[in-house]
Amino acid sequence: MKLFLSWTIALLLLLSLPTWAQQDWIRTGTGLGVEKVRLAVPDFKASTQDPKSPELLKVFNDTLWNDLDNAGIFDMVSKSFYPLEVPGSPADVKFEAWSSPPPNSSMLAFGNLGISGANVTVQGWLYDVKNVTSPQVLGKQYQDGATSDAVRTIAHKFADEIIFRLGGGIPGIAESKIFFVSSRSGHKEIWAMDYDGANQRALTHLGSISLSPRISPDGSRLAFSSLTKSSWEILMYSLDLDRMVTFPKFGGTNLSPAWSADGTKLAFSSSRSGDSEIYVMDSSGANLKRITSFKGPDVSPVWNRKTSAQIAWVSGRSGLPQIYTMEADGTNVQRLTDEGYAVSPAWSPNGQFLVFSWIRHYGPGAPGAQDIYIMDIVSKQWVQLTHDGGRNDFPSWSPDGRHIIFQSSRAGGDQIWTMLADGTNQKRLTTAGSNTQPNWSWK
Amino acid sequence: MKQRRLKWIMLVFALSAIMTLGACKKKVAPPPPPPPPPPAAPTASLSASPNTVDKGGSTTLTWQTTNATDISIDGIGAVQPNGSQQVTPADSTTYHLTAKGPGGTQEATARVTVNAPAPPPTPQASATEEELFSQTVKDIFFEYDKFDVRPDQQAALQGDIDFLKQHASVRFTIEGHCDERGSTEYNLALGDNRANGVKNALVQGGVSADRIKTISYGKEKPFCTQSTEECWQQNRRGHFVYQK
Repeated sequence: MKLFLSWTIALLLLLSLPTWAQQDWIRTGTGLGVEKVRLAVPDFKASTQDPKSPELLKVFNDTLWNDLDNAGIFDMVSKSFYPLEVPGSPADVKFEAWSSPPPNSSMLAFGNLGISGANVTVQGWLYDVKNVTSPQVLGKQYQDGATSDAVRTIAHKFADEIIFRLGGGIPGIAESKIFFVSSRSGHKEIWAMDYDGANQRALTHLGSISLSPRISPDGSRLAFSSLTKSSWEILMYSLDLDRMVTFPKFGGTNLSPAWSADGTKLAFSSSRSGDSEIYVMDSSGANLKRITSFKGPDVSPVWNRKTSAQIAWVSGRSGLPQIYTMEADGTNVQRLTDEGYAVSPAWSPNGQFLVFSWIRHYGPGAPGAQDIYIMDIVSKQWVQLTHDGGRNDFPSWSPDGRHIIFQSSRAGGDQIWTMLADGTNQKRLTTAGSNTQPNWSWK
Repeated sequence: MKQRRLKWIMLVFALSAIMTLGACKKKVAPPPPPPPPPPAAPTASLSASPNTVDKGGSTTLTWQTTNATDISIDGIGAVQPNGSQQVTPADSTTYHLTAKGPGGTQEATARVTVNAPAPPPTPQASATEEELFSQTVKDIFFEYDKFDVRPDQQAALQGDIDFLKQHASVRFTIEGHCDERGSTEYNLALGDNRANGVKNALVQGGVSADRIKTISYGKEKPFCTQSTEECWQQNRRGHFVYQK
């Protein structure tokens, strides 16, 4: 908890420095003033002789390393500093060799992988190598089928255990999922993938245009907007049943569904009255209630993920779209952005921040870059997170609040990228076709 | 005031003049009295029913004569003084009857029109309405990020209203489109505002709302894909689509 608090405080400090916020380029630096844990993760060893071992070990070791590296809370000790002999079990650990330079690590994750028949067994340990008398922080054993999918899942589980122990008790995100829109089949369909870009697969095959996937907090249902025969309607896909389930049709243009944090309500944009407005309804589609009433586009609502008491959304009521907030009953409307073209708000899990996409200097002669920004709701101070060109849009928070996923055209067509919530460690996750509107699962 | 009264007086005068003249004319031209009939002059009449047939169809000729001894129809030959006969003319024909008698000769004619097999006219008519729609009805173009109909589009809008009021049976969809700039969700909402903006303007102009459907395509179905202002303008529009 201590680490997470310091991390949050560091970000808050940054946001409260107005002079910094006025600059175009800042490297905020995760956990400023906090030493990252130096973690060594030697490759796991084979505990049995099996022809499949090398292949599964490679999948396991790559996945575990990426998960821990992606977490953003470790100083990963480079493998070139490791002793020649790496441990596969507690008896092999030479504490001095890991705790002193060159590795100079404080934590060591190690273990082994064995195959017997169709099953794989993984043993993993986390050692505090500077505490020789009582070094063990974690000891885990996993069993599953000897497939690369199963081995990847085991690596995610073990990584999440380590992140949970060393990351202030915040659950890791290695088993979380990303939902997004891909055109690679020729139509814009809803797709899913693991948080690291693995296992990309299509969920819908509607052959129309499907947009804005939003996963329910419990991960059982996915709401999205799709062009049906005569209008845009909110559709519902069940991940438990692996198929579409029925949902009421409202008529007009119905867009951008958003789940409340308890999963009982959905907010969305509908033009059923002839002008697009924000509506709230039960997650069954019943008790439809209109909460905005102002001419012009009103779209992309999101609930405060901590309280569900407020909704942020995008309104064109004053010209170019801006981010606004209101109470969930439509009262107390506040404008958050004061210039440019601001869209696609996403509320942080702790309720303190919004990330959104902003063309800040909009107009003739302005560079017109569209970047991801983070704003502290209370102070309205903001920091720019992307600087690398292209159109950056549709940010979405990871369950732990440490990561942001978004779409970017910086490499040509639109693709999905992740970064830490301070803008560092930007990585591309998709390559095939055009991939947009990522939405991160709630856990 | 004076002028107006003068106008009225002139109008009343003119009207009564016309009526009087009309009445006079009737009196001036009474039906001519029948000439004194010469003894035993033949009479003849010939009719065809129906007098218009499609190609290959038949019609019935009917004739009556009096005081005639020698009666013939061209193309048929000698016939009875009174009678009827079915004929199937290949082309439009004028049947000619001659009735000769001691008192002289009388002629009568009947015209039968044969219609050439015309191409079926009905489907062409409805295609024409759709063609007229696509030729006449103009799309409405918008400023960036705007959804109100701008002044330079009012003429196009009025032309659309005029056409749609003249063709009251035409049903249609207005598609709202946006250029590639900006965000997917916002552009769909904006496109919806554009489509509804055009619809409202048409309804205000007297076009019935229940003939109009609207849909937004945002930036999902652009008319062109270059990143130029010319192309962007092409994509910022309310597009009319005829509904079959």
